[in-house]
Amino acid sequence: MTTLPDKTDRKLGLVIDLDTCVGCHACVVACKGWNTENYGAPLSDQDPYGADPTGTFLNRVHSYEITEPDAAPRLVHFPKSCLHCDDAPCVTVCPTGASYKRVEDGIVLVNEADCIGCGLCAWACPYGARELDAAEGVMKKCTLCVDRIYNETLPEEDREPACVRTCPAGARHFGDLADPDSAVSQLVAERGGYDLLPEQGTKPVNKYLPPRARDCGPSGALTPVAEDPRGFLGWLDRALSKLPGGS
Amino acid sequence: MPKDQPGLDMSPPVSDEVRRTTCYMCACRCGINVHMKAGKVAYIEGNRDHPVNKGVLCAKGSAGIMQVNAPSRLRAPLRRVGPRGSGEFEEITWDAALDLAVSWIRPLRDSAPEKFAFFTGRDQSQSLTGLWAQAFGTPNYAAHGGFCSVNMAAAGIYTMGGAFWEFGQPDWERTKLFLLFGVAEDHDSNPIKMGIGRLKARGGRMVGINPIRTGYNAVADDWFGITPGTDGLLILALIHELMRAGRIDLDYLARFTNAPILLNGDQKSNDHGLPLTDDGGTPLVIDRRTGQPAPWNGQGVEPDLTGTIRRAGITHRTVMHEMATHFMDPQWSADAAEGPTGIPAARIRALAADLARTAFDEAIEIDQPWTDFRGHRHQKMIGRPVSVHAMRGISAHSNGFQTARALHVLQILLGAVETPGSMRFKPPYPKPWHGHPKPHAAGKPGQPLDGPHLGYPAGPDDLLINPDGSPKRLDKAYSWEAPLAAHGLMHMVIPNAHAGDPYRIDTLLLYMANMAWNSSMNTDDTIAMLTETDENGDYVIPRIIYSDAYASETIAYADLILPDTTYLERHDCISLLDRPICEGDQVADAIRWPVIQPDRDVRPFQSVLIALGARLGLPGFVTEDGSPKYADYADYITNHERRPGVGPLAGWRMSETGLTQGRGAPNAGQIDSYIANGGFWTHEIPAEAQFFKPWNTAYQDFAVSMGFYDAPQPYLFEIWSPPLRRFQLAAEGKGDRQPPEHLRADLARAMAPLPTWYAPLYGAEDYPVHALTQRPMAMYHSWGSQNAWLRQIHTSNLLYLPTAIWDAQGFAEGDWARLTSPHGEITVPVALMAALNPHTVWTWNAIGKRKGAWALDGDAPEATTGFLLNHLIGECRPGTQTRRSNSDPVTGQAAWFDLRVRIEKADPPEGARPAFAPLRSPVPAAPRHLRWKVGR
Repeated sequence: MTTLPDKTDRKLGLVIDLDTCVGCHACVVACKGWNTENYGAPLSDQDPYGADPTGTFLNRVHSYEITEPDAAPRLVHFPKSCLHCDDAPCVTVCPTGASYKRVEDGIVLVNEADCIGCGLCAWACPYGARELDAAEGVMKKCTLCVDRIYNETLPEEDREPACVRTCPAGARHFGDLADPDSAVSQLVAERGGYDLLPEQGTKPVNKYLPPRARDCGPSGALTPVAEDPRGFLGWLDRALSKLPGGS
Repeated sequence: MPKDQPGLDMSPPVSDEVRRTTCYMCACRCGINVHMKAGKVAYIEGNRDHPVNKGVLCAKGSAGIMQVNAPSRLRAPLRRVGPRGSGEFEEITWDAALDLAVSWIRPLRDSAPEKFAFFTGRDQSQSLTGLWAQAFGTPNYAAHGGFCSVNMAAAGIYTMGGAFWEFGQPDWERTKLFLLFGVAEDHDSNPIKMGIGRLKARGGRMVGINPIRTGYNAVADDWFGITPGTDGLLILALIHELMRAGRIDLDYLARFTNAPILLNGDQKSNDHGLPLTDDGGTPLVIDRRTGQPAPWNGQGVEPDLTGTIRRAGITHRTVMHEMATHFMDPQWSADAAEGPTGIPAARIRALAADLARTAFDEAIEIDQPWTDFRGHRHQKMIGRPVSVHAMRGISAHSNGFQTARALHVLQILLGAVETPGSMRFKPPYPKPWHGHPKPHAAGKPGQPLDGPHLGYPAGPDDLLINPDGSPKRLDKAYSWEAPLAAHGLMHMVIPNAHAGDPYRIDTLLLYMANMAWNSSMNTDDTIAMLTETDENGDYVIPRIIYSDAYASETIAYADLILPDTTYLERHDCISLLDRPICEGDQVADAIRWPVIQPDRDVRPFQSVLIALGARLGLPGFVTEDGSPKYADYADYITNHERRPGVGPLAGWRMSETGLTQGRGAPNAGQIDSYIANGGFWTHEIPAEAQFFKPWNTAYQDFAVSMGFYDAPQPYLFEIWSPPLRRFQLAAEGKGDRQPPEHLRADLARAMAPLPTWYAPLYGAEDYPVHALTQRPMAMYHSWGSQNAWLRQIHTSNLLYLPTAIWDAQGFAEGDWARLTSPHGEITVPVALMAALNPHTVWTWNAIGKRKGAWALDGDAPEATTGFLLNHLIGECRPGTQTRRSNSDPVTGQAAWFDLRVRIEKADPPEGARPAFAPLRSPVPAAPRHLRWKVGR
């Protein structure tokens, strides 16, 4: 069993806007690319050109269709990765201490040197946010790009997770959710950001912003000035005479 | 207490070096930072400084690393040694490959150049490929626009001198209401996503008009689940509502469009319905200052929208008069549109009201004076913050040209083109149709063609037809069957060559187009056409040369393969002579350069084409002594001049005093300067010139200074299209050049000079369901499906059925369905989707692969349950006596989305039907595992 810190100095996490996520998977592949080359073992792919390609991804986009009475059916794109929970069950279940939550920023990581690939953490996570890498035999998960966000070899503007940097629609935001004045906290407050599966008691740090109401655009109609071409041309002559230069 | 945290290196070096070039995972042309470790590609991200993507990058772009290591990459030139389709090839040297190609095509050039045809697919070097084909002298050249979106391009150019994507974009920073018609994903991939994100962040609204609610339509605030092929009716209903309410921009219409132009009202005249002109041929308006006729472009003229003039007992009225008569007809009312479109009339009226309110009640003012071409000084720039985007969804129908015209006229009526907050042209556009060349097809053996292949006809006199009316071009572009075929008809090249209609050819050169699979209608018959032999045992299409970087389905059907490089191993230019990367307020172009060297015996196609040109001695490709003029494509990019001082790249040119831009002499260090700047060049358009570009003297002067054209060319938007009217006059029996009788009625309707709508021509009563494909955001046609990462997102495709069909026929999860069209039958796996037009089924485009292609295993889902709709789509229209292409009768645009089907439950087969025999792969088997880390 591994212990969680009593509190963390900061709570770094993501705010994901479900109103603007178009489901393009840019974040999925940017994450795959960065984390294949960086933190720990590469994200491997089994049978990559065959019948059942299964690779390790730390972030995936799911799409859900929503049908409600008296409303047009709609589709919501739902990106999902580790939510860096305050009460992370994946940490407390770890038998070796490989899973841990960082005191300074709350990021949940796996120390691959200590990971025995037992899979208990993946079983404990209610979000399905951990994937055991089949080639390496260690548990992989979102690191919040811990090797980017403090990386002094990168320009300061690039010190954010790869998924946030790449998101074309600007639907992903990164920041300190412990600071009520941070841009992400403000966004959560303004837009009614919510926890995923709060009943699980995991206290996720990541938040989701709900889609705005759909299909309730303005109603009403324009008032005709004429019903036929002759009437329209008569109206037009009158309207033109009021324009500058009109007689 | 927490366990002691392990020490982490928080600042690991990301790469040894960053090489900045241009993405080519789709046609979007984003800037990318390629992070290198030990000479290998370690990571690809967006370039923050780049005008197109400003740092972001889509899934395809980030997966580029899996494209440059793809096992499907071709390895060496191949010569076919077995029968076509057998996949039996031998590797040959480049010298042998070039010699073989020259031995085939040099005799054609010297005897009958039209027997050599050259068509390119997703080609971003058309200014080179077109020049080469022109020098060769064949009339048979085009790129793939005919089966892509030529309706959008041609309708835009003919109506307003520009179109969407390469030529224009929403003013994303200012727009308040954005209408997206029929786009799942587009060439303008990242800019659309960025724009939607910014619009929403500002509180703006987005309306999606699409039978299918995925992707962009899923985030649209309002969704109009329109029935396919009826967009034109919806748009005309919006126009009808706006006109009826007088909610149109009268000042804009009077000053900047041809609404006040006087039309010849003499029904007996051969010029009936064409502009009245002065003796010099300049169209006339009534000047409100004098009440007298005046040239439209006279200094100080105030055009009168309702002017009339009476001559010889005949009253001549304005275009505006025709617009009132036409658009206010009850056939275009919201009530009339409700049934066919499936959109309630009340919603159409509400959308019209929303458009008017946003355009006029929420108008934008920019405090920037400017002067128009009549010398009128405007104190402010008044903006109409309504913007629109559309592409293949509305254009790939046989009524798509008129639908796209209607959409542009809607924009124009609102004053929502080239005004702040609306649509902005991207240099070198705006450029009116009459500022483009006419099409050319006259050649003589051993000589270049008489001019550029593709252009914009003014009327029947510009058609490329023989005295007997037969087409001069193999694809019948610019014939009576497709008079305004500005991009050619690539989808008809193989069928026409096979049918010998209008004639047979000898050698077909194809580049980057998967014509034996997803890029052709009627795929199975196309394969048969490629393999059919005549009574002598010779192939009906005798020789096929193909260039591609990957082991696509088409490889097996070519006789000579010229293997291309990947996009990170090559030079390219994204040129102002072609389709550059400009923004509404920026002139910009870009390059690709070899950030890695090929590890195979492959060469960039453009360099190969230049080498072939030199071996053939083509003018422009050899020096006076006959030696090669250019060493390779990079040399051409640097040193070619289209006109004095105007070359492929506009940045870092040379003047007498040093570096310059726009016009200037070639500069040997130009490509190095591009590389140092991140692979691109930009130049800001002056503030006074940033809007109202077609009429703005500051912009016109700027355009001349940059070399876009050689003299200012202000023009009016053509709501009433004189070129269309000239063709319609011919169809009405006027003039010397007359269409064949069997096309007369179609032309009279399709060539209407004001936007109109007619039911799609391929539609058949017995086939009640519309069937569509959509481009997935994480794939691009056939470029991505062999990509190890992207194929894990879309490994196979299903046919999505709306609830009404699903329930009525008792479908359940895991079921299969048989689809029958007038042309063919397929059996495919299905799934339920509620957010779908009730008369429409759809699937993802080009996921289905043929067994053996793309270095995929034979049991890959793409090749077992994956499928194409292409088998259902005939390249010829059913029920016609003669071969009529399944295309828009105006432009020849392939009418992919006219497809109608019947659907019924089917017993699950072993795999999707039809099934094809496996291809023999020209490349070794793919790896079983990937652990791709270059910086271990």
